Amino acid sequence: MKIRNYWNLRDWGAGIWERANRPKRVAIAISTIILVALLPFAGASFLATPIAAYDAVLVYPVGVFVLMALGLNIVVGKSGMLDLGYVAFFAIGAYTMALMGTHTGLNTWEIMPFGIGFAMLAGVLLGLPTLRLRGDYLAIVTLGFGEIVRLVVLNSTWSKGPNGIANIPMPPNIGPLKFKLEDQKVFFWVVVTMILLTIWMIRRLSIRRPGRAWEAIRQDEDAAELMGIPTLKYKIWSFTLGAAVGGAAGVLFASKNLFIAPEMFSLNVSILILSCVVFGGIGNIWGVVIGAAILGYLPERIRFISDARLLVFGLVLVIVMNFRPDGLLPRKKREKAIVKKEVNA
Amino acid sequence: MFAVLIDQFWSLTIAGLALGFIYVLISLGYTMVYGVLRMINFANSEIFMWGTFGTIITSRDIFHYTQTSEPAKGFKLIFVLLCSLLMSMAVAGLTAVFVEFVAYRRLRMKGTNRLATLISAIGISIVLSEIMRLLTASRPVGAPRVLEKIILTEVWGANLRLDTIITIIAAAIIFFILERFVKLSRMGKAIRAVSMNEDAAKLMGVNLNRVIATTFLVGGLATGAASFFYVTVFEYTKFNIGFTMGMAAFTAAVLGGIGNIRGAFYGGLTLGLLEVYASAVLGTQWKAVTVFLILVLVLLFKPNGLFGEAVQTTRA
Repeated sequence: MKIRNYWNLRDWGAGIWERANRPKRVAIAISTIILVALLPFAGASFLATPIAAYDAVLVYPVGVFVLMALGLNIVVGKSGMLDLGYVAFFAIGAYTMALMGTHTGLNTWEIMPFGIGFAMLAGVLLGLPTLRLRGDYLAIVTLGFGEIVRLVVLNSTWSKGPNGIANIPMPPNIGPLKFKLEDQKVFFWVVVTMILLTIWMIRRLSIRRPGRAWEAIRQDEDAAELMGIPTLKYKIWSFTLGAAVGGAAGVLFASKNLFIAPEMFSLNVSILILSCVVFGGIGNIWGVVIGAAILGYLPERIRFISDARLLVFGLVLVIVMNFRPDGLLPRKKREKAIVKKEVNA
Repeated sequence: MFAVLIDQFWSLTIAGLALGFIYVLISLGYTMVYGVLRMINFANSEIFMWGTFGTIITSRDIFHYTQTSEPAKGFKLIFVLLCSLLMSMAVAGLTAVFVEFVAYRRLRMKGTNRLATLISAIGISIVLSEIMRLLTASRPVGAPRVLEKIILTEVWGANLRLDTIITIIAAAIIFFILERFVKLSRMGKAIRAVSMNEDAAKLMGVNLNRVIATTFLVGGLATGAASFFYVTVFEYTKFNIGFTMGMAAFTAAVLGGIGNIRGAFYGGLTLGLLEVYASAVLGTQWKAVTVFLILVLVLLFKPNGLFGEAVQTTRA
């Protein structure tokens, strides 16, 4: 097997990063963050979206998709389990925000831990019966779960059924930053902060014990078990952490949208997020970020894609898996080291 | 709450059996592919959905029946129904082979990990359902009335309707034929050999690609027959019916022990009955939720299915 090197953006990017010394790295990181934070001001350029407001598009779908794709990447990319019902955790977070926000006096930031907590609880409850089995059971059970959460919400009275919940409160102002419906820059900055926190969490976990355990599980679960890794425990952890990020994204989405209804949480969302992960490069954080940003943004910019959006994304899944299984930015590290060994042997 | 269940027990049972036989045939599509590839055929639900359009196209566009036209009688009725059945089976069978060719074959030859295949399979199933959504403009499609739903007799207060009776008898026959095919024919033997030990089968000269394609074809044919019965009983289809039916049929396959053909039979019937009874008690909007809960409970307590390993060893 030959390691293909054509348009390997990952190595190019990693090369720059690795050659840089510490101050240079800090400079790169800070300038990137500033550039991203300035994005909402670029609304008048060629980036402008024809129908939806540009700064709103940056929050949802782009920002929320990146956040959710990062969360799903913990499950699919890091530990190699296919979760097809990721929207369920998003929905749980959103409905927690909607119900608690309209019935109690708590604000968005106080509800956030509850949303994350409920999503994680759902993750544990769903993970316990399925993570002991083969990977494809998890895939189909999560597929069902995503739809079931939507059906339960649709048919229950506490969630106001298909009418959805309106008048969800906005987040309170943070100092001088005011959350407004017509100007969503502050929402965007909040999403970016959450994305950075998630990236930081994933990077910390990746180089420590859980990250190594996930990597081992992904490559060979039986071998990992034999090496003494409590695989079930780490799989559940990975699944619940992914759920936590989804729940957080849901809370933010409900608070930004002010209104949620069951049809916003259909299976399509799970598939879109999965396409983002696959398109960008399973397991590579930066690939996932870029992939989700592109796939979230393009259908808003180019209208004819948005009608057949799901068809395009389904095709992305099939084509990427068949012809470029590593996605836009492939992961490198240990996986490739293994391929090299096989070549020499 | 239970009054409805007790009142209409027998008519519910007959409806449940008809639904159960539809599940049996769809779950064959899951169970056969699983037996050979050890992988869930994600696109089977969409194969089923495409099959339903086979029936509708035959009766609406080839024989020009409409919802208000005179139902067919006698020999013509049998002829139209048979054509619809064969058309559904052909559409579903070809779709299944197409799915295998596009989503599974290349990845299998490359020997990539399971995750890649699963993602590719879910991708093709999205593509199939989206194509149909765009073609039908997201609207439900009503089936023309070919078969007049006359009530034959009444047993214990339950009406025996013609379409349910046809479904139960014909589905049982089709299941029996397919089961014999897998058990007795040369190809069936090869399928069983591959499902027991892929490498050994290959060494014995079994053409792996052809066996896998045939498995998809047979699974697709069974699923297509199920689509025909579905349209005959429920008289409508939509681009998204595959999801609920597929999930239920998969649950049936797991309930009976996936990879096990006879398990699919018992699992399908059990699930059909359970689902009908449960929706009589809880209301039809909770049907899908009940099915899902059954799936999770089975996976939690009896992941090998009700018939488990005992049947697994004598797997047909």
